[in-house]
Parts: sequence; C-alpha cells; structure tokens
Amino acid sequence: MMALNDISFDVNQGEIFGFIGPDGAGKTTLFRILTTLLLPDEGEVTLMGLDCRTGFRELRKNIGYMPGRFSLYMDLSVEENLNFYATVFGTTVKENYGLIQDIYSQIEPFKNRLAGKLSGGMKQKLALSCALIHKPELLVLDEPTTGVDAVSRSEFWEMLKKLRKYNITILVSTPYMDEAMQCDRVALFQEGKILSIDEPDKIRDGFRRKLFSVKASDRYKLITALRNFPGTVSAYPFGDSVHVTFTGDELDRSVYEYLDQTGIHDVLIHETRAGIEDRFLELMEQGIRHKAQGIRDKVGEVK
Amino acid sequence: MKRFLGFVKKEFLHIFRDYRTMIILFGIPAAQILLFGFVVRTDLQNARIAFLDLSKDELTLKISDKICSSGFFTREANLMSYKDVDKALRGNRIKAVVIFEENFSRKLTGEGKAAISIITDGSEPNMATLTTNYITAIVTDFNSEAVGTAAAGALLVQPEVSMFYNPSLKSQFMFVPGVITLIMILICALMTSITITREKEFGTMEVLLVSPLKPVQIVLGKVIPYFILSVVDVILILVLSWLVFGLPVRGSLALLLAEAMLYILMSLSLGILISTVARTMQQAIFISLVGMMLPTILLSGFIFPIENMPEVYGWISAILPPRYFIVIIKDIMIKGTGFLYVWKETLILVLFTLVFIGLAIRNFKIRLQ
Repeated sequence: MMALNDISFDVNQGEIFGFIGPDGAGKTTLFRILTTLLLPDEGEVTLMGLDCRTGFRELRKNIGYMPGRFSLYMDLSVEENLNFYATVFGTTVKENYGLIQDIYSQIEPFKNRLAGKLSGGMKQKLALSCALIHKPELLVLDEPTTGVDAVSRSEFWEMLKKLRKYNITILVSTPYMDEAMQCDRVALFQEGKILSIDEPDKIRDGFRRKLFSVKASDRYKLITALRNFPGTVSAYPFGDSVHVTFTGDELDRSVYEYLDQTGIHDVLIHETRAGIEDRFLELMEQGIRHKAQGIRDKVGEVK
Repeated sequence: MKRFLGFVKKEFLHIFRDYRTMIILFGIPAAQILLFGFVVRTDLQNARIAFLDLSKDELTLKISDKICSSGFFTREANLMSYKDVDKALRGNRIKAVVIFEENFSRKLTGEGKAAISIITDGSEPNMATLTTNYITAIVTDFNSEAVGTAAAGALLVQPEVSMFYNPSLKSQFMFVPGVITLIMILICALMTSITITREKEFGTMEVLLVSPLKPVQIVLGKVIPYFILSVVDVILILVLSWLVFGLPVRGSLALLLAEAMLYILMSLSLGILISTVARTMQQAIFISLVGMMLPTILLSGFIFPIENMPEVYGWISAILPPRYFIVIIKDIMIKGTGFLYVWKETLILVLFTLVFIGLAIRNFKIRLQ
C-alpha cells in the first residue's frame, strides 16, 4: 500500500500552503515526512535548505508541528502546557509572547484550567500557541480545524493570516474545501497524488464548463432526478443546492419539463461560479475516467 | 539541562495529578505490608498444637511446658500414638504436633542427645514455617539453659522438623522481600512503559520527537521520577514492616538500599524496553502484567520454592531477574549476610540491566513507525 505516489511541489517562504483532500488521501503521511517523523521510501525532500534524511536534527529545531490530535497534555493546565513546550524547545513564554499574544490572550483567562477540560476551539488555540512558542520558521498544521465549531474555524484562519507578518511558512491540511480559499496556494490531494497545485482562484478558473446551481425543496429527489436526466454530464450536491453541468455546455431547457414530470415543481436554476470543490470533483472524475481508459486499453492489448 | 529539568517536572506533575498512579505507587505497597503484617501477627498467638510424648519423663514435661507457656502456643491435645498424628492434623485445628522420642531423658543424659520431632501441616506453608521456627527457637533456648546446669558436656535436644503434605518446603519468612520485589517490578516496569506509550497514544510523542529533546533525555526524564519514588517506596515498605511486625533488617541497610536501587534500575530499563515494543498502553499493560507480574509471583520463588518446581520451570525462572533479587534481599534482610554472599546475584542483575538498556536504546525510534 503506497500512501504517497509521484508527488512534487515547491512552497515559497512565508506563504500559507494548503493541502486539500478527503480522509485517507495521504495528507498526514506527507506531513510526517515533512516534519522528519517518517522517512520517504524514495524521492527528495528539502526544507529550508536541509535534507529531511540527513538534516533532521537541525530541522527539528525550526519546525512547529501540530498533529491531527492536538498534542496537549490533558492533565496539565493551559499554562503548564505552554511552559512545558517553551522549555523543551529551549525558550520561555516571555521571550516569544508577542508572537502568540493574539491567540493566547483568548485562552489566558483559563490558564489554570486543565487542558482536558477545554472546548475544542480552545484546545486548538492552545495547541497552536504551543506549536508557535519557539518561533519556528515552518509551521506544520495537520487538520487543525477538524472537530472544531464553525466560529472557531474562521477565527483560526484569521489568526493564521496574522502570522504572515512574521514570515512564517505555514503548511496546513484540511478536508474542508471551503477553507481552501483562505490559503495563498493549495494542492488538491487524492489517493496519494496531487491533482492540481495553484492559487485557489486559479484552481476555480480551471473549471472551464458552465456550471448551474439547481435548487428545489426536496434536494434528495432533485439530485436523483438530475442524475437520471439524459442531458446531464455531472450533478453533485453543494450546500443546499445541486451543481450541474449539461451536455453542449449550455442550460438544457428541457430539464424543467423533465423535473416537472418527476414531480419536482419548485425548481430554481441559475448559472454560478465553480468553487474549489467543483474543480476537485471534476479532476477526480477525470482521473477515474483516465484510469478506466487505461484498464480498457490493457484489456484491449490482452485481446 | 533546563530542557531536561522541564521535562522531569512535567513527569512529576503527571504522577501527582493522577490518583490511580498515586494509589499504585503508595497505596498498594502500604496495603500489602499492612495486610501481611496483620495476618502474620494474629497467626502466632495461641496456635494450637498437640504433643505425642512417648517417654513422659521430667524433661519432656519441662520442654512441653516451656513451649506452651511462651504465649505462642496452646496445648490442644495429648496424643497417644503415631496413628493419631495424621488425624490430629487433618482436623485442621491443630497446627503442629511435637513428638518426644522414647526414653528421652535417658538418651539425653546418657548419649548427650535426644530428638524431638515437629510435624506441621505443610498445606499452610507460612503457618508451618512460623510454627517450626518458633518451636525450634524455644528448644534451642532450652538447650542453652540446660548446658548451664548440666554437669558434664553439652546436652543436646535435636529438633527434627518434618512437614506433612509438602515435605521439602523450604520457604522462609519472606513476605516483605517478596512484596518489595513484586512492587518494584510493578511500579518500574509497568508504570514507565505506560507513561511512554501514553505519549505515543495521545500523539504527544510526535511533538516530543520533533522537538530538540534527545531520545536519551526523553527516556531519562521518564525514568528519574519513578526511580526517586521507587526508592521512597522501598524505604516506606521497610519502615512499615518494621513498625507493623517488627521485621528488622539484619544485614547492612546501605547494602540493601544499594541492591534495591540496582533492581529498580533494572526494572526501569525493562519498562523502557517494553515501551519500545508496545504501541498502545493496553499492550504495555498486558506485556508488563502477563509477561512480568505473573512470572514474578509464580516462578521467582516468592511464593513457591524454586526447588519444588519441575525442572523446566526452574529454567524459566533463571531468566527472571526478580528471582535473583529475592535471593539478595532475603539474604540481607533475614539472614543478615554481606555482599560477599550475594555478589553473583548482583552481577546477574547488572548484566540484565545492561542488556535491557542496550536493547531499549537500539529499539527506541527517533521517528514514527
């Protein structure tokens, strides 16, 4: 089983670089390689001018890492956790307080509370403070927003953006497509492969077909009907609507009639701009088609 | 260094915050000692014994009176013949039968020695050991008194001890040494392996590995708090056993503590070794309990004498470090011997320690698997 296969990318200093992909895409494996916790079977990884195999001792001093499960000691208080990580990385909270002030000040009122008794959002802030306390040049955040409420999630991204001024390079992974827009550049990740790397807007622009948002009160019935409609190329759920492309790249007017016949009468259709998710699904589908074609070719050869 | 001290401080916080750890560290040793101390103390008050006096002369009456007036024993019955011995012991009320041979007095004055047989119920080994020890002591006491009064030479009453149902039992009075041996393996191997695997399981090990802490610092930082607390524990056990049932350390206390520290070090390195193999706390607990605790209880000579085991178990017990420590600690505490008598066992423990540390260092991963 190969977790990562044939991937190659460059990250610029000081940028927020996002890895977007579903669970099991290989994001955590990649991050563990980047933080020198795992060795790649083959290939080159160079971080801050150091090779991940030979320079790992030097690298480890300069990396702030926040694993998927917040690496906090639940039986230590907020303050004790922060102090511990500061000492372990050879610094003090005082020395780098400026860097974490924005984040830490929000949980400072609870500094005597045990980390295990914090809410998800507060744990996340504490974990980020701990990862930042030694002023690393590279910050690696593995799914920092998973399991955290929506308000905390958007607050978290604001905090990351504020870190830009310290010129810290941030690598962040997330399964949430909507968070991709917050990054400077993103890599779309699927089954250990990178589907596309670009600025989020350019990735959206990569979606060249006309996309229509279709709404109706019964979304489940709507999506089944749309998928059965002969003129449909693709139909995916998106929030409270369905994103659809049609053959001929234009709105197929007969879809109204078709849906009406299947008992959906309150249809609203309008053209919309493709999001990251639409492009992701498109790329995924192309990949599958590509794979399927490859298999077909092979079967042909055998015949 | 500051880094390292910060790490040690964190470990102490973990220990003091977790009441379960505290119970295992201090509650269990205290409870075991108190339990054993209590049981042992009540056992030897007015233990019921029977006499089979085949000569019924002045001396045998004197000796049996001396035994019964000691406060440890009460005369439950006077038996008439050997046939009654088995019946008396099977009744379960009588803990031992003291037999005076025929013509006791005449033999003692004529040949200078006479025999007393002490037959105990070997199915209660600890009771049996205690009874024989006490009776032997009383008879020895009688001997020394008799020497003073007798006109010519030493008169000797020789106690012949035999146990029914478990004849070759050689167990000594060994609860305290046994408890120390067991508790130290429990605390050191189990607790260190748990605390290291806990970091793995909670994902904090990932960050510790990424940090500039060296593996040696992580391991030492885990070990030092438990080392200190274990030494405190040994002292606690010794003090408690002395207070509760007056068990003194006959040999050198310094030597005993030094040997205990060696044993603790050995157990700690074993714990680290376990933690390098186990991925989860459950695995660590399983390996420590099934792999270490049970063999220690069953095969180290703590409860069942190694001499009585089938040969194969003897071989297995040879690779169990506690077996050697039990010998050391018993020799020092009970027999009062010095280092010269236990250097072989000490050397074996040193070798075990070195092997465990070596393997642990070789196995310790600076990366994730």
